[in-house]
Amino acid sequence: MDDAPSYGYLSVAVIRSLQVESVLHEVMAATMKKVFESEWVSRLIDGLLPVFATLAALLVGAVMLLFLKVNPIEAYKALWVGAFGTSNAFAETLVKATPLLLVGLGICISFRGDVINIGGEGQMIIGAIVATWVGLTFTTLPGWLVITLAMLAGFAGGAVWGGIPGVLKAYFRVNEILSTVMMNAIAVQLMNFLLRGPMIDPAQAELASKIPQTARLLEIFRLPRLIPTRLHLGALIAVILAVLVYILLWRTTLGYRIRAVGQNPHASRYAGIKVPRYIVLALLLSGAFSGLAGATQVFGVNYRMITDGSASGFTGSAGFNGIVAALFGQLHPIWSIPASILFGALLVGANSMQRVVQVPSALVIALNGLVVVFVVSSEIWRQKRQRRRLSVARQDGDSPPPADEQPVPHTEAGT
Amino acid sequence: MISDLFSVTVLVGILASGIRLATPYLYAAIGETFSQRSGVLNLGVEGQMLLGAFAAFYVTLTTGNLWLGLMTAMLVGALMGLAMAYVTVNLQAQQGISGIGFYLFGLGMSDLLFQKLMGTVETVKGFPKIHIPGLSDIPGIGEIFFSQNILVYGAYLLVPIAWFVLNKTTLGLKIRSVGENPDAADSLGVNVGRIRYFTIILGGILSGVAGASLSIALLNVFQQNMTSGQGFIAVALVYFGAWRPTGVLGGALLFSLINALQLWVQVLNIPVPSEIAVMMPYVLTILVLVTSVSKVRAPSALSKPFEREN
Repeated sequence: MDDAPSYGYLSVAVIRSLQVESVLHEVMAATMKKVFESEWVSRLIDGLLPVFATLAALLVGAVMLLFLKVNPIEAYKALWVGAFGTSNAFAETLVKATPLLLVGLGICISFRGDVINIGGEGQMIIGAIVATWVGLTFTTLPGWLVITLAMLAGFAGGAVWGGIPGVLKAYFRVNEILSTVMMNAIAVQLMNFLLRGPMIDPAQAELASKIPQTARLLEIFRLPRLIPTRLHLGALIAVILAVLVYILLWRTTLGYRIRAVGQNPHASRYAGIKVPRYIVLALLLSGAFSGLAGATQVFGVNYRMITDGSASGFTGSAGFNGIVAALFGQLHPIWSIPASILFGALLVGANSMQRVVQVPSALVIALNGLVVVFVVSSEIWRQKRQRRRLSVARQDGDSPPPADEQPVPHTEAGT
Repeated sequence: MISDLFSVTVLVGILASGIRLATPYLYAAIGETFSQRSGVLNLGVEGQMLLGAFAAFYVTLTTGNLWLGLMTAMLVGALMGLAMAYVTVNLQAQQGISGIGFYLFGLGMSDLLFQKLMGTVETVKGFPKIHIPGLSDIPGIGEIFFSQNILVYGAYLLVPIAWFVLNKTTLGLKIRSVGENPDAADSLGVNVGRIRYFTIILGGILSGVAGASLSIALLNVFQQNMTSGQGFIAVALVYFGAWRPTGVLGGALLFSLINALQLWVQVLNIPVPSEIAVMMPYVLTILVLVTSVSKVRAPSALSKPFEREN
């Protein structure tokens, strides 16, 4: 009988605790909601979207490997070891990442300006040709001077090759996707022509084989190595430029206008920005970075230009893969650094995968394609969340959270 | 030398190969015309062509059945189109970039399958030439127009069909309205998503046929990256042709005639560097784009995802 009140007490306690629990639940749910809607968590999720996209692509790759009767774990292990296993492997990854980052920096600029530059391949080739010409012509000048001149020449060559489609888009309304593709094809033929004719290695010109390649650069013209591997100064240059591009895009008027034109050309025009000029600039700068990528390939890796007749024979498709890396880095110069390393690793690892489990490295090209598709497809969730955040903020009567971008420039004075 | 170019046999040869070389461009560019008229820029054409070319070649090589090969290429193209449609219609992804993704996928995948399943370059006996009785005996004209294989005839047949469908049928009206003003089309009860699915998948099928026309009708081999940019050219031809099938036909013919001329220049050993000759069609395409594009207007909703208002 003594138990009865205690039962009652107990049940009250249970009810109480249940109530507390449900209140707790509500509080927790509210907190969770807050957390999910809070700025930095959504930014974190946004930032992780490309990682999920890569994991999804690797998963698809695993299924493909199973179809090819290859153990995916073994294959991916070979890929990992090939890319990061030794210091030499890691250096090789960074060597491959360098042109991806440089091309990617250009892509950050042009895509932010809503200009789709897929002419990276051609721009790399032209940059390399001009830089090689400098290296083979001024053989009496000091090494540091020739290297500097060659890098600048590569930058300028790429700028011209990117600037032409820029002018065509800005002033003749020619779609830049098409013109950059055409410019790629033209650059390849120009390279083949020069390397088989005017720029051919004099030694080869006398042989019957006539391998289409230029003479070798003098040893003093090579980009210095950073550590006793193949890693060269170009990697460091690329990282420094990544910081500079960040400053350009977000801390200068020029970058602001490029982004403004990309966000809303009509509003930019009302605000007094000369839209065509910034379209040209976006493509020109984008091409310049690709041109520099080509120059560093010659002065840091191959020490000469050689062609197998195709663009990818020289560029290793860095002109396309740089787009992938930049998209993966969410068109942010700094984030493009790890993104480039990731794709450099995939490319280097693919070769070791080919050796160890006999899977053609072309698999990685296909996976890169899937990563692109998945990354652009996942954009919709980012946009949805941002819209929800804005509408929640509107209901609360708060000022809306700062969006990623200033949507419309208000105070730009004309120039 | 140069005077050789103007002999009758050479001229007939140039025209005949020009007509033949236009085939893949026609299939791919007509397909792309449909998707662009509905407001979708499909940049993955090159990848679809590569996979189609491989599928057609491999199936033909293993089964010996050309039609089965062609149908596999169409199926592969349709599947690529389906994926592209899902990504651009349902997920509203940026079309230009996702197209590049599909291109890279097709490029890598066709190479991977080629190396894994074949390993070496082989040849098949492609679609034979069909001599149209009577007409093919006309000197010159017969060789140029009436002694081609069935896929070549099909490509030219496709042009009036595409023109008719786009301009004279309800379906064509729906496609055009979805590409011009999807909101208005939607309010009138046109299912924007479904129309775009249809055009993108149709584009994929035709790109598959374009690839097959290379691997089992014109060249009769498969190699890595054998389309070498033809899919991108096909997209350019749609702009070139001002989004009209007849315009596309003109562009494809012009482009491939210059290409044929360039091949013959090399065959006849005329002292023009072959690289410069190969370059010419691209230079010309840019020049034509410069002079023509500013006069015509692209479909208003081109490359803009459609989202229904609540």
